[in-house]
Amino acid sequence: MNTMNPTIAKEADHQEIETVTPVREQPEETIIEEGKTVGEPFADNAKFKLRDVNVSYGDTRAIKNISLDVAKNEVIAFIGPSGCGKSTFLRCLNRMNDSIEICKVTGSLQLDDQDIYDRRRDVVELRARVGMVFQKPNPFPKSIYDNVAYGPRIHGLANRKSDLDDIVENSLRKAGLWSEVKDRLDATATGMSGGQQQRLCIARAIAVSPEVILMDEPCSALDPIATARVEELMAEMSESYTIVIVTHSMQQAARVSNRTAYFHLGHLVEVNETNKVFTSPEHELTESYITGRFG
Amino acid sequence: MTDQRSQAEIVRQSLKRRYRKERRFRAYGILAIAIALSALVVLFVDIIGKGYTGFTKTTITMEVELDGEMMYLDDATDKKQIKMADFVEPLLQALIKQVPGATEENRDAVRDLLNPYASNELRDMLEQNPEWLGTTQTLTVLAHTDVDVYVKHAGDDAYSIKLSDRQQRWVDQLVEKEVVQTSFNDVFFSSGDSRDPSRAGILGAIVGSLLTMLVTLVLSFPIGVAAAIYLEEFAPQNKLTDFIEVNINNLAAVPSIIFGLLGLAVFINLFGMPRSVPVVGGLVLTLMTLPTIIISSRAAIKSVPPSIREAAEGIGASKMQVVLHHVLPLAMPGMLTGSIIGMAQALGETAPLLLIGMVAFIVDVPDGFFDSATVLPVQVFLWAGSPELAFIERASAAIMVLLAFLVSMNALAIWLRKRLERRW
Repeated sequence: MNTMNPTIAKEADHQEIETVTPVREQPEETIIEEGKTVGEPFADNAKFKLRDVNVSYGDTRAIKNISLDVAKNEVIAFIGPSGCGKSTFLRCLNRMNDSIEICKVTGSLQLDDQDIYDRRRDVVELRARVGMVFQKPNPFPKSIYDNVAYGPRIHGLANRKSDLDDIVENSLRKAGLWSEVKDRLDATATGMSGGQQQRLCIARAIAVSPEVILMDEPCSALDPIATARVEELMAEMSESYTIVIVTHSMQQAARVSNRTAYFHLGHLVEVNETNKVFTSPEHELTESYITGRFG
Repeated sequence: MTDQRSQAEIVRQSLKRRYRKERRFRAYGILAIAIALSALVVLFVDIIGKGYTGFTKTTITMEVELDGEMMYLDDATDKKQIKMADFVEPLLQALIKQVPGATEENRDAVRDLLNPYASNELRDMLEQNPEWLGTTQTLTVLAHTDVDVYVKHAGDDAYSIKLSDRQQRWVDQLVEKEVVQTSFNDVFFSSGDSRDPSRAGILGAIVGSLLTMLVTLVLSFPIGVAAAIYLEEFAPQNKLTDFIEVNINNLAAVPSIIFGLLGLAVFINLFGMPRSVPVVGGLVLTLMTLPTIIISSRAAIKSVPPSIREAAEGIGASKMQVVLHHVLPLAMPGMLTGSIIGMAQALGETAPLLLIGMVAFIVDVPDGFFDSATVLPVQVFLWAGSPELAFIERASAAIMVLLAFLVSMNALAIWLRKRLERRW
C-alpha cells in the first residue's frame, strides 16, 4: 500500500498538515484536525498549563498546536509512534530544546502560572524545578557520591558536608539504590550496571528536589528486571513529584501512569485516563496504535 | 538441494579470491611499515654514527709547575696582575717535558697541541685557588681541536688532519703515555656556542629553546583553549564563525617562514622589540602553534559525548558550569595531547626564527627572555653549515639532544592521554 493516501495528501494541501516522517500504513480516511484533541486534555489543579504549543525545526513543524494540562502529582505518559513529537514536546517543558538553534517554540507554556519561555525566565532555575532523566543512562564519569551531590552543590543547597551527605543518602534511598552502593560511594559511576546507572540518574535528578521529573524513555536501554525496579520507583515517586514520562512500551504506560496522551505526527490526538485509553480509546488512531496495527 | 550446493561452490571460489586479496593487502601494509622503519633506522644510524664522537672531548693531563716568575705573577688574588700574567708558558713548558724529542726550538709546534683557551682555563683555576701559585699541580686542560679531530678520526678520509707528521707522532706518543685522553664531553653541555669546535656547547641553545618554549606555552595554550571553547560552545553559528573556522584551518597550513616574516614586520619593526630574543621567538612560534592547538582542542571538545552535556544541563547547570565542570575535564587529555604535539613542532622549528635574528652567533648562555639567544634547531643549522668538520659531529650530537627532547615530549603526551583518559 502506498505510504500516503491520495485523499489525505490532498487534504494536507488544504489544511497545511505536514508529515514529519512517513508513517507505515496510516489508516484510511482519518483526518486529524489541528488543535483538536479528544478526551480530557485539561485538568483543574494544573502544574503545567500548555496552550497552542507549536514547535518547528527550521521549516519542519514537529509539534502542531497542542494544548494540554499536566496536573499536580500525576503521572502522565506520552505515547505514540516514532517521530510523533512526544520527546520534542517533553523537552519543551524544561527548555532542553534551547541548545538546538533552529528549534523554535511558540504558544503559551506555563509552570505554576508562570511563563516558561519568558525572556526574563532563568532557565537554570526552571531546570532546578523540572528535572530530567534521559533515555540512555548518562552518569558523569565521577564517583557515585559526586554524581548525586553535583546538583545540590551547583545550586548551593547544602552548606555543610553533613547536609550534603544527607541529601545524597536520601536521594539514593528514594532511588532504591542506597543498599547497593552505600559501601562504594567513591567508586566511579560508569562502572555500574545499566539499571543501576539509570537509577543513579534518577537519584541525581531527585537530589535537587524538583517539583516535576521528566523521563524520556527511561527504560528503553534496560532489561526487564531493571525496568521493573525503575517502574516501582516511579510509583513511589508519584506521591511527591509530578512525573511526565515518554515511553514506547504501552504496557509501561498502562502500569505507571494515571493519564495517557497519544501523539501522532505532531498532533495530540487523545488524552484520557490511562484505563480508558487502553480499554476504550475514543479516537480511531489511538485504537489502531494500541492494538498494534501500526507504529 | 543442487541449487544450494552450487551456491556454496560459488561462495567457496570467491572466498579464495577474497583471502588472496586480503593477504596481498596485508603484504602491502607490512611493506609500507618496513620502508618507514628502515628509513628511520638509516636516519638514526647515520646521526648516531656521525654524532656519538661529539659527546667525547680530548684533554691533556700533565703536571704543571705554576712558577710565579715564569708567569709574571706574584699575587694570584690581584685582578690586575692576573689580567697581565702569562698562563700559556707554564702549560707549554709542562707539555714540552711530556713530548719526547721536543725542545725550545719547536715550541710553536708543541703549543699548537694546546687549546687556545687552555690558558683561560688555567687562569680561572688559579683565580679560584690562589694558593696554587708556586706549587706543582696535576692539571687537565682541553687539547687543540686539531688534536681532538686527529685522536677521534685518524683513519677517516672525511676528516682532514691538520697536524704535521711530527705533531701526529707526538700525539700518538702522548696517547700511549695517557697524557692525551678522551672523556665525556661536559663542555658540550655546559657552554654556549664558540668559534672553536672543542669549546662549543649547546647549553645556550637549550636554555634559549626552553625560554622560547615557555613563552610559546604560556601564550598559546590559554589562547588556543579559550578560542576553541568559545568557537565550540558559545559562538553563534553564522557566516562569521564559518569564516573564522576556515581561516584557522588555513593558518595551520601556512608555511612557517611566513610567520617569521610577520614576526619581523610586526614585533620587531612595528613594536620595536629587540632581535634574537626568546620573547619574539616565542611570539612567532605562538602564532604558528595556535591553529594546531585550536583545531585539536575543538576536536577534543567535540568528542565529549552530548549525553554528559545534557545530563548537566538537565540538573540546571549553567552554560559556564557545564563547560568548566564537565566538558573541559573530559576534553583535557585531547587538548593536552594536541598542545604538546604543537609544542614539539615549535621546538623543532627553524625557519621563522632565522628571520627574527635568532640565527646570530651567540656565545653567552641567555639569562632572560630579553637576552639574545638561539635555539637547538637553529644551532644545528649553524653548525651543519660550518666548513669546519669538527662542527659536524657537534651538529649530529645536537640533533640527538633535540630528538631526545622531542621523543620525551611525545612520550609525555601519550602518558598524559593514558593517564587522564576517562571512560564512560
